[in-house]
Order: sequence, then C-alpha cells, then structure tokens
Amino acid sequence: MAETVEAKAPRRIQLPVLDSFLWLIRLAAIFAVVWGAYFSLSSGRLSGAQWKDLVIFGLSQGSVYALIALGYTMVYGVLRFINFAHGEVFMSGAMVAFFVARGLSRTAMWTDQVFLSLFLVMLASAATSTVIAVALERIAYRPLRGKPRLIPFITAIGASFFLQYAIAGLFGFGFKSFPQVPALSGSFFFAGFRVLKTQSVVIVAAVLMMIGLYLFVERTRTGKAMRAVAEDQEIARLMGINVDRTISIVFAVGGAMAGAAGFLYLLVFQQVFFLTGFIPGIKAFTAAVVGGIGNIPGAMIGGLLLGGIESIGPSLVLTGLGIPSAHQLKDVVAFLALVMILIFKPSGVLGERVAEDRA
Amino acid sequence: MSSSETSPILELREVTTHYGPIQVLKEVNVEIRAGEIVCLLGGNASGKTTTLKTILGYVEPTEGQVLLDGEAINGIATDDRVNKGISMVPENRRLFKRMTVMENLQLGAYLRRDKDEIGQDMERVFDLFPRVKERLSQRAGTLSGGEQQMVAVGRALMARPKVLLMDEPSMGLAPVLVAQNFEIIEQINEQGTAVFVVEQNANMALSIADRGYVLQTGRIVLADTAQGLLNNPQMRQAYLGEI
Ligand SMILES: Nc1ncnc2c1ncn2[C@@H]1O[C@H](COP(=O)(O)OP(=O)(O)OP(=O)(O)O)[C@@H](O)[C@H]1O
Ligand SMILES: [Mg+2]
Repeated sequence: MAETVEAKAPRRIQLPVLDSFLWLIRLAAIFAVVWGAYFSLSSGRLSGAQWKDLVIFGLSQGSVYALIALGYTMVYGVLRFINFAHGEVFMSGAMVAFFVARGLSRTAMWTDQVFLSLFLVMLASAATSTVIAVALERIAYRPLRGKPRLIPFITAIGASFFLQYAIAGLFGFGFKSFPQVPALSGSFFFAGFRVLKTQSVVIVAAVLMMIGLYLFVERTRTGKAMRAVAEDQEIARLMGINVDRTISIVFAVGGAMAGAAGFLYLLVFQQVFFLTGFIPGIKAFTAAVVGGIGNIPGAMIGGLLLGGIESIGPSLVLTGLGIPSAHQLKDVVAFLALVMILIFKPSGVLGERVAEDRA
Repeated sequence: MSSSETSPILELREVTTHYGPIQVLKEVNVEIRAGEIVCLLGGNASGKTTTLKTILGYVEPTEGQVLLDGEAINGIATDDRVNKGISMVPENRRLFKRMTVMENLQLGAYLRRDKDEIGQDMERVFDLFPRVKERLSQRAGTLSGGEQQMVAVGRALMARPKVLLMDEPSMGLAPVLVAQNFEIIEQINEQGTAVFVVEQNANMALSIADRGYVLQTGRIVLADTAQGLLNNPQMRQAYLGEI
C-alpha cells in the first residue's frame, strides 16, 4: 500500500489581510515598472544608441560587482560567514593599483608596453588583496571559528574600519585619480554597440577570470577540496583534506578576484579613496545574495544583474514616471529591484537552501 | 588463528574520552590485526561512534593512547591520520551530496598521486559495485540509500586504507541489502584490508567477524572470538535477540 504519511511542511500562519496587502505592493511595483518603462520608451527621450551605451556601462560595472561578489559568496560557502571587510580588501587593491599605475605612467613603458603595464598593475592589486584577505582570515577570523556567529561578524566590521583608516593614515584621505591610459582612450563598435576601450578591457578581463575561476573550482583537485569543505568539513577531513589550508585558499582566491576588481574599477570610475570599498562592497554582497549566496555562478549573475539594473533602471522606469534627475536615484532603483527579486525567490536566482541543509 | 601472533595495525590502549565534562569512553582496549575483521557491538549511546572518532582524532582521548602500526598517533590531525592509512565509512554515509558520484570517489583518493593505481582501485570499486559505475555523473544526493552506501564504501576504499572503519553500515538498509553489504565487507577484507566494523546488528556482524568487542556505556564488557561471543550466554541474552 502506498501510504502517504509524510508530514506536511508546517504552514506559515495565515494572515490573509497582510498577505493580500503584500501582493498589492508587488503588483503595484510591477505596474510602476511596466508603466514607467512604457512611457520612457515611447517618449523617445533617449535614443537607441544611448540605451545601448547604458547596457555596456551596466555590463562593465556589473563585471566589477561580480568579481567582488565572488569573494563574499565563496567565503560564505565554506564558513557560513559574511566577510564584512571584503569591500576593504577590494579598496586596498585599488589603492595599490593607483600607486603602481602612477609609477608606471611616468615611464616610457606606460605607452610602449600598454598591456604589459596594465597587467602588472592588475597583478599588483590582486597580490595586495590576496595577502590582505589571507592575513585577515589567519589573524582575525580563524581564532574565532566555532564561536557564535555574531562574534566573527563584529570582528569583520572592526577589520573593515581598521583597513579603511589604515589606508587613510598611510596614503591620506583624498581622492586619487588613476592616470590616463592613452592607448585606451576612445571607443569602437561591436555588434552595433559602442564600447569604450576601457570598458572592453574590464569586461574581457572579468569574463576571463570568471571562466578561470569556474574551471578551477569545478575541475581541479583543490577546487574539489574547496567544494568538499563547503559541504561538510568533518568529512572533508576524512578525505585527508587540510581544512584550514583550504579555507586560506578560498580567502586567497576571493582576495585575488577583489584585487583585480579594484584595478578594473579604476578603469571604469577613475578615482579611489579610503571609503571606496564601502558602497561597491555592499552592492557586491547584495549581488551575491541575489544570485544565491554560496553559489559561484549565482554571484556572477547577481553582479551583472545589479550592474545592469543600476545603469538602465533609472532611465527606463523613473523618467517615464516623470521623475527629474532619475539617475540620482539609481541606488534606490537597484536595491528595490533586488528586494523584488528576493521577495519572489528568497534563496536567490540560483540559490539552493545551502545554509541550513546539513544533516 | 594465526593473525593473533602478528602485532596489531590499530590499537586503543586504555583510552578514556570525554566530551567536555562528560565521560563517554572508559579505559577502552581494542586491537585490530592485519587481515582481520573485528566488530564492535553495543546499544545506542554506548560510545561506538565516539570510539571511531577517537581513532581518527575528531576527539582526543583524555587518557590512553591510539596506536597505528605500534606508533602513538595522539595529537595528530585527522587528515594526517587518513594519510597514514585509516579510512572510514561514516555513520549515515555522509556523501558530498551536491557533488557527483565520480567526484566523491575522486575525493576518496584525494591524498594519492599514483594515477595508474587510482584507476585500478576505481575499477576494483566498480567490480564490487557495478551499480556505481552506471551512476558516475549523477549527483550523490539523488542516489537511493543503498546506492549511497555503495558510494560511501567505494569512497573509503579509494584511499587504499590499511584499516577500514565502518560505522553501522547496515543502518537503514533493507534486509537483502544488509546481507549483500556484509558479503562486500568480507570481499574487501579478503583483498587485504583490515576492517573494524561498528554494528548494532550483532548476529550479522559476528557471522563475518574474526573477533568482537561489546561496549556498554563506554566500557568494554566482553571481548572474544566471534564464535566465542555467539556462544556466550550473557551475549545471547543481551544482544542476539534470544531469551
Ligand atoms: N559531540 C558530543 N558532545 C557531547 N556529547 C556527545 C557528543 N557526541 C556524542 N555524545 C554523547 O556520547 C555518548 C555516546 O555517543 P556515541 O555517538 O558514541 O554513541 P553510539 O554508540 O555511536 O550510539 P548510536 O548507536 O546511537 O550511534 C552519547 O551519550 C552521546 O550523547
Ligand atoms: Mg553511532
């Protein structure tokens, strides 16, 4: 006999009034988006070319978010811990990128060997962030492993301030401007889109790194060890995996991605100062959650999605609703959109319920 | 038995283990020799899993020694103990559910660099479990319970251990599968691996074991050959389901 004695999952307490109210809000939001988009598009205030520019800009800043988001998501994957200082790891890389670039820009190499110079800058920023991330884990987080979650989290906030003001103390509080890269001025057309040369470097570099990371995690022995540690630390040990070392590698890889992102960020936004890590850090963290925290492809998608929405959203939705200077509200739009996604899919775009499913 | 003349591969000597202030194992003595199947019997919460965890270093004994090939391994990290030749099929199998069957097997051989021999061992696992070969690219979490057991055993064998620890391998399996499972254990043993199997299913375990120990609230209360235990009246009453 096929008896179905399976206990039904306990239902949430039903609050019809609240529920329907929430649905109303969601419908209203969808309506506002459709309405705004319709009027923005039909008003023809932005030309097709301008829309395309926004797409490319969104893609390039999204690539930067995605690279940072990877560090959040990988660390969360193995430790169920939000490394709040990850934004500062990114900023430190950007800061070093600036100094190395400034140094190189005073030599002939900057114009004669453009790609080699840029590669060196990126190498320096990635190396800096890697070292900082690994040191952070070793010094600040590892001694607190196994303690209640709030404790390492508070420590991470402390580490975040520490890094901000250490950088400010060492290099000053002002904005630093990345030197011009003559070879990267101007733009070209690709499949009907106008792409700034800097943007193309950012997108290509980010995509290559993400492919590399994906292959590393999926195919290599160390990548498999990382996934094993993420899933079950005790059993990972039973395979002979050195869990501490694997966690260090996760921080190193996440740091390298963030450092590279620091350099790419400078190509897009040109300026860095000691608080530069904060907003992109929060955004990348959000992107990781939206993609499904702990999920590597999710972080990539989340980052690109956020970059795109932030770039296109205000013009698309707000101008049509008659809101002036829509672009000042880009963060409002972006975060509202992300909240909407999470309302409809709380575990994130690619999220499984990874956090709580341990036996 | 000739095996009793050789020195033990794995030995627990007067091992006492605590979780915090709670004492779980009390002066436990166990020996496993090359070529043997040894079973550890005992009821729920008697300390069977804790014994295995002490062997692997998940918990450190507060007193006594764990010896591998006559050498004390107290204080050595779990992954290094695995490297020295201990492997385990854990309670509830604990596969990496999000990874494929193939990846689970590969992780079993994580510490090994001898590619050719890893391939041979993989074939050996497929010989023992033809089903596993058909499921290589499937996510381990989607396997049936019986299949998961096969992969868990296969994964442990991929480390090519000197001693294989098994924590209640028959738990949650249908009776047919339990019998098969014990046959497999015998085969593995015949191929040269010493096996230390923890069980509540005393009859089955003793039918394949050379020797056995009975654990009661953290103490070894009986230690004898399998035949001796099967004939022991005290044993028959308490563990073999006879009155
Ligand atoms: N991590 C732990 N912290 C505290 N107490 C523990 C811990 N693990 C086990 N114990 C306790 O130690 C005792 C023995 O546990 P153990 O898991 O070794 O039993 P077992 O013989 O394997 O039981 P079972 O047959 O149910 O698997 C139990 O009373 C258990 O509650
Ligand atoms: Mg147990």
